[in-house]
Amino acid sequence: MKSFATFGNELYTGERSYEFVGKRKIWFSIAGVAVLLSLLVPLLGGGFNFGIEFRGGSQFTISNVANTSPSIGEKAVSEGAPGTVAVVTNIAGKTMQVQTDRLSDDQTSKVKKALTTAYGVSNDQVTSTFVGPTWGQDVSRQAIIGFIVFVLLATLMMALYFRTWRMSVAAIVGLLVVMVVTAGIYAASEFEVTPSAIIGFLTILSYSLYDTVVVFDKIRENTADIKTSTRRTFGEEVNLAVNQTLVRSINTMMVAVLPVGSILFIGALLLGAGTLRDLSLALFIGIIVSTFSTIFVAAPMYAWLRGKEPELLKQAKKVKARRAAETVDA
Amino acid sequence: MARTGPTSIARRTLLWLAALIIVCIIAVSGGVLSGAASWAPKLGLDLEGGTQMILEPKVEGNGSVSADQLNQAVSIIRQRVDGSGVSESQISTQSGKNVVVQMPGAPTDEQRALITASANMNFRPVIVSSEAAAGAVPVAQRTPADKLPKPTAKPTNFSDPNWVDAAVMKEYEATSCVAPTTPPNTSADPAKPMVACEADSGFKYILGPVEIPGNLIQTASYGLQTGAQGATTNQWQVALTLKKPEGAAKFKEVTQRLYAKYLANQNDPQARFAIVLDGNVVSAPASQAVITDGQSSITGNFTEDSAKALADQLKFGALPISFTIQSDEQISATLGLQQLEMGLLAGLIGLALVVIYSLFQYRALGLVTIFSLVIAGGLTYLAIILLGWSENYRLSLAGVAGIIVSIGQTADSFIVYFERVRDELRDGRGLVAAVENGWMRAKRTILASKAVNILASLVLYFVSVGNVKGFAFTLGLTAVADLIVVFMFTHPTLQLLARTKFFGEGHHFSGLDPKQLGAVPLYRGAGRFRSPEDTLAVSKGKNSRAAGEAERRQTIAERRLAAKEAEMVGSRGAGAKKAEPSDDFKESK
Repeated sequence: MKSFATFGNELYTGERSYEFVGKRKIWFSIAGVAVLLSLLVPLLGGGFNFGIEFRGGSQFTISNVANTSPSIGEKAVSEGAPGTVAVVTNIAGKTMQVQTDRLSDDQTSKVKKALTTAYGVSNDQVTSTFVGPTWGQDVSRQAIIGFIVFVLLATLMMALYFRTWRMSVAAIVGLLVVMVVTAGIYAASEFEVTPSAIIGFLTILSYSLYDTVVVFDKIRENTADIKTSTRRTFGEEVNLAVNQTLVRSINTMMVAVLPVGSILFIGALLLGAGTLRDLSLALFIGIIVSTFSTIFVAAPMYAWLRGKEPELLKQAKKVKARRAAETVDA
Repeated sequence: MARTGPTSIARRTLLWLAALIIVCIIAVSGGVLSGAASWAPKLGLDLEGGTQMILEPKVEGNGSVSADQLNQAVSIIRQRVDGSGVSESQISTQSGKNVVVQMPGAPTDEQRALITASANMNFRPVIVSSEAAAGAVPVAQRTPADKLPKPTAKPTNFSDPNWVDAAVMKEYEATSCVAPTTPPNTSADPAKPMVACEADSGFKYILGPVEIPGNLIQTASYGLQTGAQGATTNQWQVALTLKKPEGAAKFKEVTQRLYAKYLANQNDPQARFAIVLDGNVVSAPASQAVITDGQSSITGNFTEDSAKALADQLKFGALPISFTIQSDEQISATLGLQQLEMGLLAGLIGLALVVIYSLFQYRALGLVTIFSLVIAGGLTYLAIILLGWSENYRLSLAGVAGIIVSIGQTADSFIVYFERVRDELRDGRGLVAAVENGWMRAKRTILASKAVNILASLVLYFVSVGNVKGFAFTLGLTAVADLIVVFMFTHPTLQLLARTKFFGEGHHFSGLDPKQLGAVPLYRGAGRFRSPEDTLAVSKGKNSRAAGEAERRQTIAERRLAAKEAEMVGSRGAGAKKAEPSDDFKESK
């Protein structure tokens, strides 16, 4: 396969170039529409499908059942705790899940026993979970605090490292786009929002900024001596940097998405709802969106934020003048 | 000489890495041989099966608990869990507000009720004391049924021996205050006598009904005793203040009665009152004076620590701690095992896909990626084993997911590095120089980006609750392992490989073939720059874009000349790089 390396070569020299910066209005519009849709989908679709951790309630998981009929479970629940409405689902293969309102300790053990006998499994194959109504809120409140603290610290760190606050701003805007769009797609998937999904979202925070920093570091390198150079304008240098790291961006996305995809596949197919599936879905979407957001939102945003600086405008004029002179000469 | 420098440094770095790994392996082997550690990582509850309860302690009156109160809650729960005979349980705090109880298997309903009961403190007068560490009376020596005490009259006060009836006496004889101890009775009726142990001394008591409830305590503090002349002695004491007027009045009543007994016989157990917390006697001082103003001091053989502990217990005793269940999970071992198997399967599939992709993209260089991943994995594994041993770290499902996710981020460091090396090759540098210069640039990027990862895992670890913590932990751990590997393995290995024939000559399958990377035209076109620039860059370790910079610093005339030359060469050479001016022309339109 020579083509991918050649593709990289052409991107590196600038022979092949995609206009990430030049056509930023198109990319920003697409990103804007995506954000808007992501906000509308949960609003119109009835909001997020919150898991039991957020609603509070009791949940039983029965593994290795022979008969996956939900009616068995419903009957067992009404035996153990009369008057309780149970939602029984076959979440994957031989695994059944029973969700009810909050049950007392006494009811829990009765329902558990009833389910064990009804599905004909041994005692250690039934898992029960009781969640107080505030648990999920606790997890999400801590997650939001974590999000804010992380964003503040990361902004500061990037501003110090890159010596310009504009890179921080551009990176954070890119990050917000990622979070909103990922949340929107997650809502559209109608998967339950569980603490595992929240973990996934928090990881995307780290991944998205990580990805942006790698690309921005290349931009920093390329634009280090921009003020003395008449080779390219600032916007063109940024665009070249993004193109030069494009192969890396694609490779990194692939390498990151492959393991997550395999968790998602295994989780969704063989295990059903649970930590692995919720976490990997959020990550799967997030990694792909992050890669796009860095290239199409964060980098052009940075070029745009700095493009209005008087010195850079002067430099752009010089570049233009040099080119005009050369064109005439040629 | 210039060539042996980096090579020997590279070799030495690899040796250091090997030494680090060997030291870890020896440490773990030692642990395994001594029986303290195991080669298999300790598994969390969600993988091993068991019960996890998350309890939120609440203090009567105000909602939130202080850090001290939380620690108090943990020690209360720990005593209860240990006392209820559940082994291998873990009790920890979470985000400064919750108590997490994890135990293998499923507790009985009684154990569960015991763990979640609210804790309170109160004072009960002592009726009978063993006055020595006491176990259960052997069954054969117990008082026969007909000799058991039968109260002759209604008790007149709370210290009255008439409280001791047959049932209480039987319980007293059956109770053991030395290992194996009888679980404390945390739900004793405040209006009835009870049997209790003092944990430190192993004394066994029969106590009267609650005479002063904990909520009558105003505050407590500890300090050094003041002698008769007003000078501080080196004796520690605990000062106890009761609420006025009710607490003080009650305390006066109690101390009057007990002090009378004390005057009659200093060693009379009935001259003492017991401070009972959660069914355990914390302290049982004798009343050596009548306390009328509610201010008393407890003296004895206190150390600073024990005085502080008692003062804390008294202080929090004023606020009974109750527990609300936040979540209560019982995970079947089957489900846990299934999750672990699937998690590992997913990890292996993911790893295999990454291996295939790297080989496809980077050819032989992909092997370096794979070896680096293997070493990063090995380091992570050793770290988990060592932490499991020293810190009792347990791998949860979220932690496994964290490791799998990190495969991608770890591999990215290598991708960033390799791409920079390729860029250097494209600039026309030789491989040895390309590796050095590429590294100088990649190092910065890798450090900056990994800093973001480590920052994220630190923030998540300290802020988050539940299994987010386990996830953040492995994410941070793998980021550190990645840094170690990229600095101590990947780069030195590449330095050495760059000097081999296979890589150095850019074999087609090396992944660093200059021809494939389009570096050839530059060799020819800008051939006259190449050798001096190259050696300059190597010897001075100068910034990589030296060639590009030199090109930029040319005068316009020089530029055009070079461009024309390049164009001429370009039109001759097949697949040559397009010349700069035509490029510019295109852009300016």
